[in-house]
Amino acid sequence: MLNSLGREIPEYIEGIGKLEPYQGALTKLSKGWMDEPTIPAPNKAYLPHQSKLCNSLEEAILRSNPHNGMTISFHHHLRNGDILLVQTLTILHNMGIRYITLASSSLNECHDPILPYLEDGTVTRIYSSGIRSQLGRAVAMGVLDIPVVIHSHGGRVRSIHTGKIQIDLTVIAASAADCEGNATGSHGKSAFGSIGYAVIDARYAKQVIVVTDNLVNFPCIPLSISQNFVDQVVVVDSIGDASKIATGTTRITNSPMDLRIAKLAADVIEHSGFFEPGFAFQVGAGGASLAVAKFIREKMKTKAIKGSFMLGGITSYCVDMLNDGLFETIFDVQSFDATVSNSLLNNRRHIEIPAALYANPFNCGCITNKIDVVVLGALEIDVDFNVNVITGSEGNVRGASGGHSDTASGAKLTVVVCPSFRGRIPIIKKRVHTIVTPGESIHVLVTERGICVNPAFPELEANLKKAGLNIKDIHDLEIEVDKITGIPAPLEYTDKIVGIVEYRDGTIIDVVHQLKEK
Amino acid sequence: MKPKIAAQSGTFESSDVIFLIEPRPDNSGRKLEISSTVMQQFGANFNRIIVEMLDQYDMTDIHLIAKDKGALEPTIKARFETAIKRSLDEQEGTLK
Repeated sequence: MLNSLGREIPEYIEGIGKLEPYQGALTKLSKGWMDEPTIPAPNKAYLPHQSKLCNSLEEAILRSNPHNGMTISFHHHLRNGDILLVQTLTILHNMGIRYITLASSSLNECHDPILPYLEDGTVTRIYSSGIRSQLGRAVAMGVLDIPVVIHSHGGRVRSIHTGKIQIDLTVIAASAADCEGNATGSHGKSAFGSIGYAVIDARYAKQVIVVTDNLVNFPCIPLSISQNFVDQVVVVDSIGDASKIATGTTRITNSPMDLRIAKLAADVIEHSGFFEPGFAFQVGAGGASLAVAKFIREKMKTKAIKGSFMLGGITSYCVDMLNDGLFETIFDVQSFDATVSNSLLNNRRHIEIPAALYANPFNCGCITNKIDVVVLGALEIDVDFNVNVITGSEGNVRGASGGHSDTASGAKLTVVVCPSFRGRIPIIKKRVHTIVTPGESIHVLVTERGICVNPAFPELEANLKKAGLNIKDIHDLEIEVDKITGIPAPLEYTDKIVGIVEYRDGTIIDVVHQLKEK
Repeated sequence: MKPKIAAQSGTFESSDVIFLIEPRPDNSGRKLEISSTVMQQFGANFNRIIVEMLDQYDMTDIHLIAKDKGALEPTIKARFETAIKRSLDEQEGTLK
């Protein structure tokens, strides 16, 4: 069956179940209530003064009823410094556990060592917001029989509430925890800031293990994860590679191309009609995206505009803007550098939020719904403004859905920033390889070669033209760029589906086909 | 013609290409080692440019190493022309 964006979606996939085709960004939500039932979270009991401390991760896993076909979950706040996911899967593999469903909030390059477990049947299904590196390559080539499911950060919470993902065991890394399992990421030698993605796992998993390299006296404050959901506590020497978890402060890019795009994007925001006192703002941590914050900061100071809140993945640059008094509040679901942890711990206007409050579409209002302006990146964008952030030009899975579609659907102004081509590969396509975020959520594309406004928003286009900005039709820009780069030969695929891309409401926006071996 | 000297042009930077040329023994023909980060998408175009330019300059007995990191066509042609002229000792301003 075709979804509303013209992508062919199968009605049923073995190992996944029935699929519902995407019908529009807000179509399903507009009913106001959802037919999907909420799966109850488990009830548990612990006796007074019973100890939760285990001597090793292995012991904790043994006590957690490991079994074939189990679903195990992780959070990715330690980014590329995480070591617990690989350790846990290695322990389960050595116990002979098979047919595991891996439900990590995201997967990074540091998880490449689990590739043999995909090949040997230890892991047979994956739910994740992102897959990269060797794992992404292997998935694209069809290492798993059951397609991986790519979800957004908000969509993941919905999937756990509705039982699409039923977690048997979650392993939660914490940079500080006490003997009862109260835990946080905001202090300790391995501090990583917000632990927002893990909160739903703690609430719903049948078994919850908190792993820390910093056991503090009871109680561990703040209670980012609270003891009433935690079964076991393990103290280890290290939860990860601190140098890769969070270091220093994020620097603004020096790349002239990124700075040029960022400056144009800031001009777009300034003249969009949404740059007003009390505006809410989100930027990514990537090159051009973060650089937009630098130019917006200058414009806010010049025009004496004070914003309401910043949201999302938080960098030290956001913290600086909070401390400058440019914004009143930060909502932090994921922190990108070490300085952010200090702010999160010490500034009460810097608030740690769970992924449900950040972006879950199935509740009475996540904070992404209140965004005025968001700046996002793209691997590819097409003439219908559909954005791909998951598959690369060579066909590999090499990115993350993350909060892209969540924030884009909520914002009054969604700005996509990207160069018009990267290393001879044109970024503006007639049709993107994989749709993650639908074009109807994207208001404007900013490239170094021109600004394209989605024709669905004529008022925005009029505002930008009045300000004298270089507005081009996206079809013209696509042709212009093709003339510079040449037209790349198309990739070749088989009929086998290796990945499905869930939209945030659980409908299927696109599928990824197996790449043909060259 | 055959290269008189070993020569190179270009860099390993993204969106650039590097060409290395050295002479081979007489009547040994062309030996081409071509790689590109965008071989899948632009390999045919890249190979065609190389062969056309080698023919244009009537180059033979040449060992060519080309490593491309997504250079545009004008960049590829300019870098290659420079490398060929340097190898023929025709290019002015070349550091030796």
